[in-house]
Amino acid sequence: MDLVEELQGIAQKAAAWAVAAGAEAAEVVVGDGVELTTKVRLGEPELVQEAGSRALGLRVFRDRRPAVTQTTDLSDDALRRFVQETVDLAKLSEPDELNQLPPDGSFATAIPDLDLFDERVLAITAAQGLALAKEAEAASRGFSPRITNSEGATFSRSSGARAFAIEGRGRAGFLAGYRSSGLSLVVEPLADDAGGKKRNGYWWTWSRFCDGLEPAAEVGREAARRVVAKLGAEKIPTARMPVVFDPQAGRALLGALAGVISGGAIYRRASYLLDREGTAIASPLVNVADDPLVPRAPGSRPYDGDGLPTRRNVVVEGGVLRTFLLDTYSARKLGRSSNGCAGRGIGGGPHVTTSNFVLAPGAAKREQLFAGLSRALYVTDLMGFGFNATTGDFSRGAAGFLVENGAPGRPVSEVTISANFDALWKSVDMVADDLDARSATACPSFRVSEMMVAGR
Amino acid sequence: MTQPLPASPLARGVVDAALARSLLEIALSSGGDWADLYFEYLTAADFVLEDEKVKSVGRGITCGLGVRVLKGDATGYAYCEQLDPEAMRRAARAAAQIAAAGASQPHEAVRSITLPDFYPVAQPSLAAIPDAKLELLRRADRAARAADPRIVKVSCSLAESLKEVVIVGADGRLARDTQPMVRFSVGVVAEEDGKRQSGSSGGGGRKGMEYFTEHSPEWHGAEAARVALAMLHAADAPAGEMEVVLGPGDSGILLHEAIGHGLEADFNRKQTSNYSGRVGQRVASTLCTVVDDGTIGHTRGAINVDDEGNEGRRNVLIQDGVLVDYMHDRLSAKHFRRTPSGNGRRESFRCQPLPRMTNTLLGAGPHDPDEIVRSVKRGIYARRFSGGQVNINNGDFVFSLTEGYLIEDGRITTPVKGVNLIGNGPDVLTKVTMLGRDFQLSDGMWTCGKDGQSVPVGVGTPTIKIAAMTVGGTKA
Repeated sequence: MDLVEELQGIAQKAAAWAVAAGAEAAEVVVGDGVELTTKVRLGEPELVQEAGSRALGLRVFRDRRPAVTQTTDLSDDALRRFVQETVDLAKLSEPDELNQLPPDGSFATAIPDLDLFDERVLAITAAQGLALAKEAEAASRGFSPRITNSEGATFSRSSGARAFAIEGRGRAGFLAGYRSSGLSLVVEPLADDAGGKKRNGYWWTWSRFCDGLEPAAEVGREAARRVVAKLGAEKIPTARMPVVFDPQAGRALLGALAGVISGGAIYRRASYLLDREGTAIASPLVNVADDPLVPRAPGSRPYDGDGLPTRRNVVVEGGVLRTFLLDTYSARKLGRSSNGCAGRGIGGGPHVTTSNFVLAPGAAKREQLFAGLSRALYVTDLMGFGFNATTGDFSRGAAGFLVENGAPGRPVSEVTISANFDALWKSVDMVADDLDARSATACPSFRVSEMMVAGR
Repeated sequence: MTQPLPASPLARGVVDAALARSLLEIALSSGGDWADLYFEYLTAADFVLEDEKVKSVGRGITCGLGVRVLKGDATGYAYCEQLDPEAMRRAARAAAQIAAAGASQPHEAVRSITLPDFYPVAQPSLAAIPDAKLELLRRADRAARAADPRIVKVSCSLAESLKEVVIVGADGRLARDTQPMVRFSVGVVAEEDGKRQSGSSGGGGRKGMEYFTEHSPEWHGAEAARVALAMLHAADAPAGEMEVVLGPGDSGILLHEAIGHGLEADFNRKQTSNYSGRVGQRVASTLCTVVDDGTIGHTRGAINVDDEGNEGRRNVLIQDGVLVDYMHDRLSAKHFRRTPSGNGRRESFRCQPLPRMTNTLLGAGPHDPDEIVRSVKRGIYARRFSGGQVNINNGDFVFSLTEGYLIEDGRITTPVKGVNLIGNGPDVLTKVTMLGRDFQLSDGMWTCGKDGQSVPVGVGTPTIKIAAMTVGGTKA
């Protein structure tokens, strides 16, 4: 039997048992995955880890009261007991008219094939993984004599399937599933700097398909290039200046933006963008969309965590906030309808998560972002968690390069960059065309006209 | 009143010496020079109250076996999620493959070892009736709302777990432990004149319901409200280098990031930390004595046994400013020819153990805390934090302030907006110029992440004065 059909069978069975045990509705998520991780350090194998896992998550409603549970024991006897315990557990909860299944008739009916699975991924052996990692690490160490050590190179592959079944008395059910795969290679060389400091950096490649990985040696060389460039990094004096974010660093800002437009943050009143729909929240150069339907993309999903169809949502258009991202519960809390943004793990109920959340590329070349700048900071690394979603105050550790005379020059570390998020997004004055789409939250390089950089 | 706990296969004796023997034999069949087995049965539950309603009740059971085989510095690792004989043998075979086609290695006779008990609990909280826990959430919610009419949103949660483990090594030592954990938290949003601010408070430990007689839900509710209100009209923070005073307790997060991670011996075995090769050298001001202590009763970071089967211990890392030792797991202890220090920890049976902290503490100093504040002309007083991070290789670390104040002419004055503080580990500890007498342990709420694995930890410090640190505010 096909793996998805097998998992759907388990999900349907558990949902039916829950309804038979007294629940008026039940949702069951079943996940199955196989993973292999191989790591090489200084040319020798350091880790080979192999594992298969299967787990089931259950949400039931009994007398309108929800309970959410998970288990890894899927034998029939254990599962039957677990389902009964979950239905009993719901008695402790309180009925909440908003915390219920989506309206009848709203479940996804056509499940699109988003080309998320390559069956060849599963066939990659530990020896092949070690060979790729070894090649990548060797290329990084061979790039420059300044590369003196290594945190290693890691190849990972995963292959899995998900199934989702929803059953409710007196209403249409839902049954769907899909397979997905992924493989990645990451290299992290080290260089010795003055004062006993080590300089680190990394580069990586990811794909759902075997043929989508960048060549291992190129990944290794790029990682080494980034490390060597950091040698001699130091603090700079405290001052206001323009800040250019490379796509790796910029992604963290975009991720923080995703948090404050999520329905959960809005109904909890823990977002500085409350009541800001339809108004300018960013510069006209800023266009952001969340699109779960991109074939082969890292964040794609054919249906959402409530069982609703997924769709592309334009979030920011020409700087104007068009919509919040909503799941069924947060939408009801706000008196609206879901726009299909529920994510779902095995444990826990549905909650808003982004899919492929992307800042659209602009027209500028990356070099143009530095042109004409006499003093600015080019940020390639961010550290820490300094973002207050409720107030929008942003303050994080940063490292990168000082821009002088229109180009990035000497390396900088141990500084912080700070601004209020409202001002930060409004002062984006250039967006480059170099979108880096390896990750689900993705952006091109972009420039903010002024931030406070604290250093010496 | 109590409720029955689910029947754990570990308690039922499914894992005995005979099973351990047969799995170790398979794990060592290809010539590995060490193998260990980590059986785990975890029961967890959580309760969330939001907008005065029980939003969710949840429960989860996770069970499995992790098998590790070492050959030189290389690790073979595999796990299974059922304690089914065939699945367990398969995991042992998969892990064995790291040692390709060597001769089968012997293991010692399997025997149970006796462990200390740093967290005896009369009754795990999981066995207490759920209604009692929902009532705790309601009490915290009422207290937060009653604190001030400007508190507009309150959410409270209680998470509890009971982890049973059986750890068996190729040396034949079989260790059993039962690890309770409770964590309570309250988050609020305050609003006034279009301004909004959030605040939170939480704690817990390896305790049962008695945690709440020592730390009432009302206290946490009122404290979350106090923080949100104190910060509601916070001023812009200054930017640049200045004197920083860190309050007692949670400021230990500075220690955890600035020096703790850098002393985890895996980094030093690989020569990738900037503390590599510095044992015996001065790395901090002479005021500083730093210990990692897994033996403090009922704390979040306490462990009777680490996840490689070694007893939890108290280890001095820095004595009067001089680096004494690193924190070891089995691999690094072998490399440095030390005895394992009881720091080999893992998140679950799905992960290989790594050197990790337990409770990391900076001992008390000679100064009066008020005297420390009075000594500062212009600086920041830091009281609460949301977290931190370190770059092990170069020592740069950050931590994020969620409750802080200006110090002006020796007095704590205006609240300032949440900012990031950044420093370099080896540099910042040499700048500790005053240390208070007021040592405090954090309430149990911290979780440390490393290589994608989360483990519960504790921190503790007295009031600390740092002569210069970069404050990431927005005001010149």
